[in-house]
Amino acid sequence: MHRINCPWCGERDEAEFQYQGDATKVRPKEDASEAKYFDYVYVRENPKGWHTEWWHHVGGCRQWVKVVRNTLTHEIHACGGPQDKLPVPRAAKGRR
Amino acid sequence: MKYSALSVLWQGLTGHKGWTRAWRDPEPKKEYDAIIIGGGGHGLATAYYLAKEHGITNVAVLEKGWIGGGNVGRNTTIVRSNYMLGPNTHFYEKSMQLWEGLEQDFNFNAMVSQRGVINLFHSDPQRDAFARRGNAMRMAGIDAELLDPAQLKQMVPILDFDNARFPIQGGLMQRRGGTVRHDAVAWGYARGADSRGVDIIQNCEVTNIRVEGDKVVGVDTNRGFIKGKKVGMAVAGHTSKIAQMAGINDLPVESHVLQAFVSEGVKPLIDTVVTFGAGHFYISQSDKGGLVYGGDLDGYNSYAQRGNLPMMEHVMAGGMAIMPAIGRVRMLRHWGGIMDMSFDGSPFICKTPIKNLYLNGGWCYGGFKATPASGWCFAHTIAQDRPHELNEAFTIERFKEGRMIDEKGVGPRPWIQ
Repeated sequence: MHRINCPWCGERDEAEFQYQGDATKVRPKEDASEAKYFDYVYVRENPKGWHTEWWHHVGGCRQWVKVVRNTLTHEIHACGGPQDKLPVPRAAKGRR
Repeated sequence: MKYSALSVLWQGLTGHKGWTRAWRDPEPKKEYDAIIIGGGGHGLATAYYLAKEHGITNVAVLEKGWIGGGNVGRNTTIVRSNYMLGPNTHFYEKSMQLWEGLEQDFNFNAMVSQRGVINLFHSDPQRDAFARRGNAMRMAGIDAELLDPAQLKQMVPILDFDNARFPIQGGLMQRRGGTVRHDAVAWGYARGADSRGVDIIQNCEVTNIRVEGDKVVGVDTNRGFIKGKKVGMAVAGHTSKIAQMAGINDLPVESHVLQAFVSEGVKPLIDTVVTFGAGHFYISQSDKGGLVYGGDLDGYNSYAQRGNLPMMEHVMAGGMAIMPAIGRVRMLRHWGGIMDMSFDGSPFICKTPIKNLYLNGGWCYGGFKATPASGWCFAHTIAQDRPHELNEAFTIERFKEGRMIDEKGVGPRPWIQ
């Protein structure tokens, strides 16, 4: 069970959240090229190890929470608000 | 050696001393005409059809663990071809046809059981959608049948037909669908490929794919460099990681965990496969009596091969809703497998931007049923250096070209595909 530390509500069970995918992707400008939009919509690094991602606290405050979580161990390193720059452990633990 | 009723009888009478091993354990050679990365169902099937259909026998299958230890041993053994969109319809029907002749073809008992697959519906709009799907299947020459509640009650009396939230109004049935003993599929293909000269090399992990210029030249492994004229990747679950070794960093794939469950053995309870899509639950019964069931993805990126409790609870709740009798059955074991979730729910069997490097992946949670056709089409793609018409739509480029094959119509959200 993941326990996600919502900046507004505190630590809550994963069941209160809806996963919303890779948070490293930034929406390109309106007039950006098709290639940039393709990258934004479809291309994912899909790391085996630390992953920065969105969880929507849909069963709580309904805010979007940014989470740094390990995709191999399910360990959560950091949680924050959408604008927060979260530290990603450098020694990519679990990466093979 | 050929397996037959007579060989079982003869071995029985002579103390079972004459059985030989089903496949060799060779040292890797320095060079192969084709290297397949991944000794799962799809990789082994690819090697089998490369040898059988295309006469390419100087082939190595490299497996980092052991044969049958990945997703081919981690699924719920269901086979079906009840797809609606053209490329999927024909591809999965090819697979269904290969399943039907598979045991005779590779001389191995894979316990192919065409016990039928039933998708339940609970409302008028859902019936319309299923009727449409059934019609699309029938127009492609595939069997499909719309069942009314009376027919269903006769076939699967154990269901809760008067469920208050999801009253059962009927089901779409494919009678030719069913289940197959999944481990035997890996073993059968391994044995068939090996007997035709393919080297199956276990405990051999690929650590790098060597590309010179615009061409692949071989792979580095924990057992040294192996040269390969052609290299195929069939590592669904880890496709991103393997492709990144060759410098392919732009795949529309995320890895997600899917759980499945088996109960203790009980007397015959359900002799077909029932899916309760509205409640994210499906179930069948194995020949040993265990109920085999599952539901949806856990719903977050994972390479962990194990899931979490909220999804377990959700699946059990779905089961209790539609089949309350299973509440008295104890769960025996559960496991998780890593799914290659593509961004439209459909797979890749295609060439890559690198010459002589081929991709097989993106199977989402539908890879098992596809095993024979996947191997068959991938072997064709590798041998001829062009796709067969059955897999020509399964490209990487389809996302750039706007030709997604989105069976569910949910868009680029792999965790709900």
